[in-house]
Amino acid sequence: MAPDGTPTSSTITLHVNGDKHTLPLDHRTTLLDALRERLDLTGAKKGCDQGQCGACTVLLDERRTLSCLQLAVAAEGRDITTIEGVADGDELHPVQQAFIELDGYQCGYCTPGQICSALGVLREHAAGWPSAATEDVRPQAAPTPLTPQEIRERMSGNLCRCGAYTSIVAAVEHVAQSTKEPMA
Amino acid sequence: MREFGYHRATDVPGAVAVLAADPEARYLGGGTNLVDLMKAGVERPRRLIDLRALPLDRIERTHDGGLRIGATVTNSDLAAHPDVRRDYPALTQAVLAGASGQLRNMATVGGNLLQRTRCAYFTDITKPCNKRTPGSGCPAVTGEHHNHAILGASTACVAVHPSDMAVALTAFDAVVHFTTADGEAELALDDFYRPVGDTPHLETALPPGALITAVTLPPTPVAALSRYRKVRERASYAFAIGSLCAALDIHDHVVRDVRLAFGAVASRPWRAHAAERTLLGARPSPATFAAAADAELTVARPLPHNAYKVPLIRNLLVALLTELSEETPK
Repeated sequence: MAPDGTPTSSTITLHVNGDKHTLPLDHRTTLLDALRERLDLTGAKKGCDQGQCGACTVLLDERRTLSCLQLAVAAEGRDITTIEGVADGDELHPVQQAFIELDGYQCGYCTPGQICSALGVLREHAAGWPSAATEDVRPQAAPTPLTPQEIRERMSGNLCRCGAYTSIVAAVEHVAQSTKEPMA
Repeated sequence: MREFGYHRATDVPGAVAVLAADPEARYLGGGTNLVDLMKAGVERPRRLIDLRALPLDRIERTHDGGLRIGATVTNSDLAAHPDVRRDYPALTQAVLAGASGQLRNMATVGGNLLQRTRCAYFTDITKPCNKRTPGSGCPAVTGEHHNHAILGASTACVAVHPSDMAVALTAFDAVVHFTTADGEAELALDDFYRPVGDTPHLETALPPGALITAVTLPPTPVAALSRYRKVRERASYAFAIGSLCAALDIHDHVVRDVRLAFGAVASRPWRAHAAERTLLGARPSPATFAAAADAELTVARPLPHNAYKVPLIRNLLVALLTELSEETPK
């Protein structure tokens, strides 16, 4: 509590992977810390804690978001999907399967963030969003395919210190080209 | 990080009232700059007023055919909007050139305008900085300044404004709408950012406690013929070391309308009025484009390690206008 009596913590409910969790937390708590320290969901990683590496990427209302810059209290009532919620029970999501089959990781530290970000990329592309790699951004232009160049640009917010980028791009491209367009 | 109270605003007057009652409160949009600065100890609000639930997240046509962009519209939604892509494509390109997909999903239009410089001295509370701590000095002038200002700076501060979006909005004569306890008002974006002078800590002309509610763009036919180009030290995901928003309309082999704004050269997005004046009515050619760049850059005051920005901006202007002139109908 602040000296003037203003509450500096609150009891909030977080909707994570379809489950509701009610917990008291200091307003300074980021969503990343709430997930890892309070809910034992350690898939999202703290790579830089300042919004620059993407290892903390989760989906918030189906949009990829950096949980290290997202205050937990401000995420109350919104739908949160972490890497732990990507698979359907024992059935891996096509993106996860592609990362395995195409060797999309080495140490695996950035991988949960890469996969959550890739899910976002696929959804954004399906919604017709252009990127900085898109030649013609006008709405009347032909839809831009998810080329490796487009994938690299759209995934540029996820760093990989092991340098698995080539395989990561291949995994995302593989899913983009498969006949069923998956939506998480 | 200082402990803080949290208030989720449900209406604009209520949000303004909470901040008026506590000047150490801060508005919270996406938090992509504010939360980062709070972690660094640069910002220490006593209370956060969360703006996400406010009805400011729409993009609509104005009665005169322009656009009204709500202040809490995310960068992603702004860039993806069909009216923006069709009528102001350089604005879409500028937004997409900034940050990362995740950051663009979180960041708001209002927050993007108000974001602070990324000068390493500003963001490091152990270093002197006239912007952060008035009167403490500017280490950048004699220190690390390779990505600092060449225009409009002073001996007090040489920081640049890092926004790409604001550069395009500047080129298209955007107007910033805001609300205070006294009601609604507006500022042309041209008047929004204050000159650095010897008060670098005073960045905007917004009155204390003002809440930005929208940005409007006037109907601008030449904006449909626009492009944004960003030069950076990496292929992606880096701040500009120089950028340009250009729009060009040629009729009967003469420049009928032109818009030019530079990024990463000043403490504010830089509208190139002198360059535009040189080009209006002139016959487009690489030579006239170069002359226009020179007319604008006569007032450039480069520092020892950022002098490369002068030819960079000049070359960028010539290249982009040449490209546009070859594409637009004559």
